Amino acid sequence: MIDRGLFRSAGFRFGAIYALLLAISATGLALFLWWATAGLLERQTQAAINADAVGLSERWREGGLSSLIVTIEDRLAQNVDDDAIYFLADRNMRRVAGNLERWPSNVSTQGPLYELQVMRAGIRSLANVQRYDLPGGFHLLVGRDVQVRAQLRGLLTDAMLWALLVVGLMATAGALVVRNLFRRTIANISATAAAIARGDLAQRVTVTGRGDEFDQVAEVINDMLERISRLMDGVRQVSNAIAHDLRTPITRARTRLEDALLHADTPEAMRAAIERATADLDGIAAIFQALLRIAEIEAGSRRSAFTRIDITPLLAEVEELYGALAEEHGITLAVQTPAEVLAYGDKALIQQAIANLLDNAVKFSPPGGTVRLTASAGATVDIVVSDEGPGIPAAERAKATDRFYRGESARSTPGSGLGLSLVAAVAHLHGGELHLEDAKPGLRAVLVLPSLEEAEARPGVLQPNHDFIC
Amino acid sequence: MRILVVEDDKDVAGFVVRGLREAGHVVEHADNGRDGLFLAASETFDAVILDRMLPGGIDGLKILETLRGQKNTVPVLILSAMAEVDDRVKGLKAGSDDYLTKPFAFAELLARVEALNRRGKGEGPVTKLVVEDLELDLLSRQVKRAGQKIDLQPREFRLLEYLMRHAGQVVTRTMLLEGVWDYHFDPQTNVIDVHVSRLRQKVDKPFPTGLIHTVRNAGYMLRAEQP
Repeated sequence: MIDRGLFRSAGFRFGAIYALLLAISATGLALFLWWATAGLLERQTQAAINADAVGLSERWREGGLSSLIVTIEDRLAQNVDDDAIYFLADRNMRRVAGNLERWPSNVSTQGPLYELQVMRAGIRSLANVQRYDLPGGFHLLVGRDVQVRAQLRGLLTDAMLWALLVVGLMATAGALVVRNLFRRTIANISATAAAIARGDLAQRVTVTGRGDEFDQVAEVINDMLERISRLMDGVRQVSNAIAHDLRTPITRARTRLEDALLHADTPEAMRAAIERATADLDGIAAIFQALLRIAEIEAGSRRSAFTRIDITPLLAEVEELYGALAEEHGITLAVQTPAEVLAYGDKALIQQAIANLLDNAVKFSPPGGTVRLTASAGATVDIVVSDEGPGIPAAERAKATDRFYRGESARSTPGSGLGLSLVAAVAHLHGGELHLEDAKPGLRAVLVLPSLEEAEARPGVLQPNHDFIC
Repeated sequence: MRILVVEDDKDVAGFVVRGLREAGHVVEHADNGRDGLFLAASETFDAVILDRMLPGGIDGLKILETLRGQKNTVPVLILSAMAEVDDRVKGLKAGSDDYLTKPFAFAELLARVEALNRRGKGEGPVTKLVVEDLELDLLSRQVKRAGQKIDLQPREFRLLEYLMRHAGQVVTRTMLLEGVWDYHFDPQTNVIDVHVSRLRQKVDKPFPTGLIHTVRNAGYMLRAEQP
């Protein structure tokens, strides 16, 4: 993916940007160096020539030609570095004083600084000179021998050119390093993504532990993968459950019908078989309905019906519905609630969740037992249903909310194994949890919902929609 | 009752039409949305059974909305495979009187359609329900049978009231759960049976004849003992 077209590769782009930035900085540095060395020397030469010229012109004004000539001789004599150049010529450009043999032919106007080859004491040399025209037809040439400086500048130029080459190489090498670094960092993520695309959902992006931006990206990606894999597990679990657990009732219905087809010898027997098979199919439809409802709740679409509700009258209604049933089974249903337990949620769903818990409690309580239903509001709103039945072994409690879970003791009782899944789904929809505990003996199911304050302060809580009918 | 069935599935439609006719109703059938809308708008029915997903470009909800837009108040029961709570809410909001999801038991459908009939006619302010020698006074909230006062819990009163309002009709357990308790889910256990049997203890047991009858595979019916 990285090698398909250089310019479409982000790694290449980063490398190129690095190289470009390096080249720009190196050029900037070189220009500054040049300005600070060769440029400085040139400016110094110009300044010295100017100072000389000012001094000589003062002499001319004070003492005329003779004074100027003396001064030139003096200055030449005192010039330790032997780099000063003076030349005074008459109107015919013939030498009057100075250390050049003749007037350089190409120095024709005043103003510009000429750089030219001169012959001085028989030695060819490089000089910077400037021409000044004096009254009376005299011409003055003031200059400096810059042979040494020119050599220095040459060295500097060479060094700069070499440096440019070195910078070029370094930029290329750096670009490659940057590209590889980038590739390696991305490779970690892309290898993980590729592995997941191949179906290995357990793969995770390696977190280096440096806590840098790449680590943050890796963590975000890992969180996302975690969530996806949990959802996938859920889907897989449901489809497996459907495949396995619906097979039994479907088999039963099919067997009944086929058996009737082959063996029923009276219309009554046939009718009875068809009736039983129809009941089996109704059971299957009910399971589908329950699965659909759980899926609907888990998808969170029901949050639009959330509103402020009082749990106490809700429990009273459920008690009223199940009280008679409990009595029928010889079970005492004891309800204990404060005058008001406020929560924020979907009334119908909470009602159904409590009904499911009571359904289980009544189903599994031994005759003569007590089922307790209590509610309390504190840091959280707790709705507790406890029975004195066989309970759920600690090892199986985590699985009890899985779809189609049926405890050992539940094998002989009717039920689909979806009741607790629905309760757990309702709890999660409300931002709460379902805890299953040991009531010693029996099961203690605690539906924990967030307190009213917490639930209403939760971001993303939709405004209650009172028009909602259901 | 004169009933219109708008349903495109041949098997389901045939079964429903046959069943309704056997129950003594006059039935018209349309197998697409356009014919359904035409029949519903041009003729008078006591009830309409409407599928939601129909061929012909006009679906059940559209038919319903058009009818209600024309101030047609014919009782409508939506019969649909769309079973989510939101689908149900959408159907009821569009103006349907009842919503039944597929698959369904015919007894449930029949009971609900017959219940619609009463609702459709509108009974006016009734203050007293009477079946045979059983009297229920809605104002004083008293129940008497053969002149003898019967004490009922508030919920038992409402249960009896519901049964008496639908006297002579089959009432299913789901209808009771929805109509009396306002619960919209199926409990796994037979809670309703327990409540009806308690009511029987008070209303039927002390008297020579029973009024509350169990209808096999369907539900309950409150009616006078047939001669």
